[in-house]
Amino acid sequence: NYIIGAFKPACNISITFSDGKTRKQVPLKKENGQTAMVPLFQSQENIAGKISIEPVQGKKVEHNGIKIELLGQIEMYFDRGNFYDFTSLVRELDVPGEIYERKTYPFEFSTVEMPYETYNGVNVRLRYVLKVTISRGYAGSIVEYQDFMVRNYTPPPSINTSIKMEVGIEDCLHIEFEYNKSKYHLKDVIIGKIYFLLVRIKIKNMDLEIRRRESTGSGANTHVETETLAKFELMDGAPVRGESIPIRLFLSPYELTPTHRNINNKFSVKYYLNLVLVDEEDRRYFKQQEVTIYRLADTS
Amino acid sequence: MISDGIEDEEKWLAEGIAGIQHNAFYMHRALDSNNLREALKYSSQLLSELRTSRLSPHKYYDLYMRAFDELRRLEMFFKDEDKHGCSVVDLYELVQHAGNILPRLYLLCTVGSVYIKSKEAPAKDVLKDLVEMCRGVQHPLRGLFLRSYLAQVSRDKLPDIGSEYEGDGDTVNDAVEFVLQNFAEMNKLWVRMQHQGPIMVKDKLEKERNELRDLVGKNLHVLSQIEGVDLEMYKDTVLPRVLEQVVNCKDELAQYYLMDCIIQVFPDEYHLQTLEILLGACPQLQPTVDVKTVLSQLMERLSNYAASSPEVLPEFLQVEAFTKLSSAIGKVIAAQVDMPIVGAITLYVSLLTFTLRVHPDRLDYVDQVLGACVKKLSGKAKLEDSKATKQVVALLSAPLEKYSDIVTALTLSNYPRVMDHLDNGTNKVMAMVIIQSIMKNNTRVSTAEKVEVLFELIKGLIKDLDGTPMDELDEEDFKEEQNSVARLIHMLYNDDPEEMLKIICTVRKHIMTGGSTRLPFTIPPLVFSALKLVRRLQGQDGDVAGEEDPATPKKIFQLLNQTIESLSSIPFPELALRLYLQCAEAANDCDIEPVAYEFFTQAFVLYEEEVADSKAQVTAIHLIIGTLQKMNVFGVENRDTLTHKATGYSAKLLKKPDQCRAVYACSHLFWVDDQDGIKDGERVLLCLKRSLRIANAAQQMANVTRGSSGPVTLFVEILNKYLYFFEKGNPQITSAAIQGLIELIRTEMQNDTSTTDPASDAFFASTLRYIEFQKQKGGAMGEKYDPIKV
Repeated sequence: NYIIGAFKPACNISITFSDGKTRKQVPLKKENGQTAMVPLFQSQENIAGKISIEPVQGKKVEHNGIKIELLGQIEMYFDRGNFYDFTSLVRELDVPGEIYERKTYPFEFSTVEMPYETYNGVNVRLRYVLKVTISRGYAGSIVEYQDFMVRNYTPPPSINTSIKMEVGIEDCLHIEFEYNKSKYHLKDVIIGKIYFLLVRIKIKNMDLEIRRRESTGSGANTHVETETLAKFELMDGAPVRGESIPIRLFLSPYELTPTHRNINNKFSVKYYLNLVLVDEEDRRYFKQQEVTIYRLADTS
Repeated sequence: MISDGIEDEEKWLAEGIAGIQHNAFYMHRALDSNNLREALKYSSQLLSELRTSRLSPHKYYDLYMRAFDELRRLEMFFKDEDKHGCSVVDLYELVQHAGNILPRLYLLCTVGSVYIKSKEAPAKDVLKDLVEMCRGVQHPLRGLFLRSYLAQVSRDKLPDIGSEYEGDGDTVNDAVEFVLQNFAEMNKLWVRMQHQGPIMVKDKLEKERNELRDLVGKNLHVLSQIEGVDLEMYKDTVLPRVLEQVVNCKDELAQYYLMDCIIQVFPDEYHLQTLEILLGACPQLQPTVDVKTVLSQLMERLSNYAASSPEVLPEFLQVEAFTKLSSAIGKVIAAQVDMPIVGAITLYVSLLTFTLRVHPDRLDYVDQVLGACVKKLSGKAKLEDSKATKQVVALLSAPLEKYSDIVTALTLSNYPRVMDHLDNGTNKVMAMVIIQSIMKNNTRVSTAEKVEVLFELIKGLIKDLDGTPMDELDEEDFKEEQNSVARLIHMLYNDDPEEMLKIICTVRKHIMTGGSTRLPFTIPPLVFSALKLVRRLQGQDGDVAGEEDPATPKKIFQLLNQTIESLSSIPFPELALRLYLQCAEAANDCDIEPVAYEFFTQAFVLYEEEVADSKAQVTAIHLIIGTLQKMNVFGVENRDTLTHKATGYSAKLLKKPDQCRAVYACSHLFWVDDQDGIKDGERVLLCLKRSLRIANAAQQMANVTRGSSGPVTLFVEILNKYLYFFEKGNPQITSAAIQGLIELIRTEMQNDTSTTDPASDAFFASTLRYIEFQKQKGGAMGEKYDPIKV
């Protein structure tokens, strides 16, 4: 469809948002690898604007009707091309007819429910798009898309307990670690400490990793992809019994997303803190703990 | 292998330096173009070179210093917010994004320093954060250097009293807390170093570790420089915390170094006021720690402090410095069972030195120290260890030097007991030291008690101690020793005759044990010392007469008699004889005839029985004659007996010339040129005639045996005797007799067979000249001489 449009554009379609000048723009990575600035919305907002259709000089556009759709789509990469629309809203803009000259149509979707955030993962993508379709009988419809981004803010959780745990290998290594919270927002700082109760191995260093686990599909078709987003050295050298090593990890430098749990039964994104101790023979001892990441409204 | 290791290390160091330089270049570029992001990136990479584990501390230091210089530039950049446009608070967060801990913390410390300077946050908070975060580096070497860097950059930013960072809740407590914490952590890392690496390179590791000690010690130095650390804070916080660390680290090297450090960096008055705490830590140290040096250093410092200004002395008393030190030493010695004896004694020497300098008036302290030492030494017979011996000598010499008065040392009851533990040789040396000290200071030892103690001290010189290998004695040394003892005897003196007698008795008791080799040296001074006393008594005789005074000359003479007798029993008759004569003379002066007679008898007995050598006989007889001549105490009968004996022995000498001389000497026995001296001209003449006969006989013997008569010396000598008595008015000596003698000599001289001797010729000539002179002088004497024709 694009190819035809690009090859022989019958008309130019442009989509503008009514608050386009003031609305925050954020970068969005597109399929071709480029990033484009797109407007940012959140759930329950009104999405309004104008569609302007301008036929190519001296041509007329015959159509069977013009509509605009707001789509929320989940795309699995292993099932490429198949979109699953979890949200679909339509506004008819025009009855069948002909367009000879530039024509604009206002549109508005008010208080749109957009429960899921835009997400670009390894195997899955969740996106929001405005789709304008000029239906034509035989020549094929003319379609234009406008991506936009959705982010949803969560208030600070009322219950946010610390993670505290004692783990070890009998007669070898015994540690107690503590992360100050179990839920962190994206710009948060992880504060904590590791207390060594017993050390019988020669530890070389200790890292704290942030791992993202993206699982897609369900049942037998579940795909799990794990990425290490951060590798943060906490300790250099071998501690002795009784040492307490501080943790202070700023999350802001890392490209995290909020935790997504079971998005429309299609996928989940979870975050883990992985504490890794490496001994002198490069053996790794680790303990992984899930933490919830949420998006806190920018105060600025 | 080893050389390879070193080469490798050089290579690694070179690589590290290259890495730093490379990144520094880009960092400078970033700094010049105010590019914060790039600056952080390259500085972080630069600091990553410090993550190496392959360098020895020495080489690592090299690398560290290079990184350090670069960080100074970076810090300048951080300070200038205009350049990078990032607030210091944000910067403080930004540098913490670094993934590797070591670069992250170096950068954090650097920014932290700027942060404090900006005063946007309380200094204490930043400091606390930094010192806490540095816990992340547990590698000893890297951790030490990192914390050292922290100490370095924070040093001028501590909220000390009077510092610009003080106030608003930032107090000196925070500064102290910070340094203490950093110190504790550094020490832990430092101590841990020894457990790194294989056992076989342990020595090398220890050496390397030692090189790093100043990094740790610097913290203590910083603490001592904090103005706000007053005595109270030092006592309540700083010292207990530091000591806690020292004790708990249980590491020999660290404990020794840090104790020494504490002693050296903090002021003396603090030490004085906190002695108990500081000393309390000593017994808790590892048994291998060289506590003695530590304590010695402390005592040395304190004694210097005491010496520096007398005003501080009351403080020492107030805090009972001695008692505390003393008990601490006791505890340390008890705690360190393996400490060699020399160590313990060294400690006591230090304590003694301290005591002498700080409490010179407290002899009981000194004695206490010695007592403790005795206790330690008891159970062991003699010291074998030469070092320990040396220390004991030092211990014993210290009071002598200080008091320059042996009498003081004599009151120390433990002094001789310590000496008992010395081996014989050293014991003697020590005894010599004591004697020399007495000599040098001209100390009078004035009571029998002290003398008793003194001789107990120097008994090594006085008698053979058990097991002395006699053959090892060097004769010269021995003589010198004994001469010293002899000199010492003269130093024992008291004005009170009774006490003096007691002294003499005491000395006698001791030296009599000395055996045959020592007595010849020791008895004479004793005798003379006693005689001195006799003479003193003789002067006071009138005053004390009639009283029941034990110190009478008689009693002394009895004592002397016994004493000298012991000398004659061992083969030293000549000496005994001389001493008898001395005593006789003294008895004479005291007017005690029987005693004098007894002494003479003894002298004669010795002469008869013991003096066999002819030369010795000559000397002895002349001494007897001389002494006898002086005697005026004898009645006629006694005198006759003695003079008769003397003349008799004179005539029985072996050689004729000796006989002759002795006989004419005897002539003086009958003519004492005193007011009421004996003047028996006849017997004088008899003697002279007898001697003349002997001279003749001698001459004839010479003629027979050698074919030539001897020189006329004897005749001239007799002529002189004639002249003497002639002048003194002996009626038996006539001018005719003199004339005859002169003629005789002349004849002898003209005799063909006579050998000429220029000396005797000259003697004769000058005798004649004398006669001529007297004649010409005129007067009574001239007239007397007139008849003599020369």
